Amino acid sequence: MADPMRIRASEKGGIVNVKVLMSHEMETGQRKDGSGKIVPAHFIQSVTATHNGKTVLLAHWGPAVSKNPFLEFNFKGGQKGDKVQVTWTDNKGDKRTDEAAIS
Amino acid sequence: MNQMRRRTLKAGASAGLLALLAAAGIISPGEVLAADWNKAAFEGKSMQDALKALGASSPATSSDIVIRAADIAENGAVVPVGVESRIPGTQSISILVDKNPSALAASFDLPAGTEPSVTTRVKMGQTSDVYALVKADGKFYMAKKEIKVTLGGCGG
Repeated sequence: MADPMRIRASEKGGIVNVKVLMSHEMETGQRKDGSGKIVPAHFIQSVTATHNGKTVLLAHWGPAVSKNPFLEFNFKGGQKGDKVQVTWTDNKGDKRTDEAAIS
Repeated sequence: MNQMRRRTLKAGASAGLLALLAAAGIISPGEVLAADWNKAAFEGKSMQDALKALGASSPATSSDIVIRAADIAENGAVVPVGVESRIPGTQSISILVDKNPSALAASFDLPAGTEPSVTTRVKMGQTSDVYALVKADGKFYMAKKEIKVTLGGCGG
């Protein structure tokens, strides 16, 4: 299981700003290890963020997203104390879900 | 170069196999859901391949798309890129790096209520034009910005 995400959600003037830092290798499948073998690709393919059960962002990524990916977006309609939930799925089927309260 | 071609062939074959398995009902619907991930678009080598797979063969250039990124990235492994669209009815934003091994880096679907502005960090193999592709009201728009890379992000 991968390390937890760091999620920060803050509300200002009716708009919620969400910042997510994920912990993932994001291996491209282009790199070679010490013995010259290609390191197989291992990267997050999709990220879903929900607020009160409603999807507020759906992202699809390729291996060109940086290691330990960072993501920032804004949505309307959230209130302080509400939960924002973020789930990622990688190309090996691993998943991780974390949530944070809006401050 | 030959090795690259070999991998491309392999990737193509496995994509075909996956579709076949899905059609035959061998893999469960849950796994097919992951096929939402646009394999053709992410594995398309060139800009044209990726745009075609996204259904945007000839997007219009728009000055209402702002790409927020530094002109020079010191480290190609971590290039912060933000895209903001001022086009009404923006539904999705994609980030493409022209000279990367696969052009499409990330694609974001924005449901109603989500601001048309996203920021992430991408890898860049070398100095390249970075494109932001925006889908609004079913039409595609694009903007570009050149980002110079002093140290590549693909490879060891």
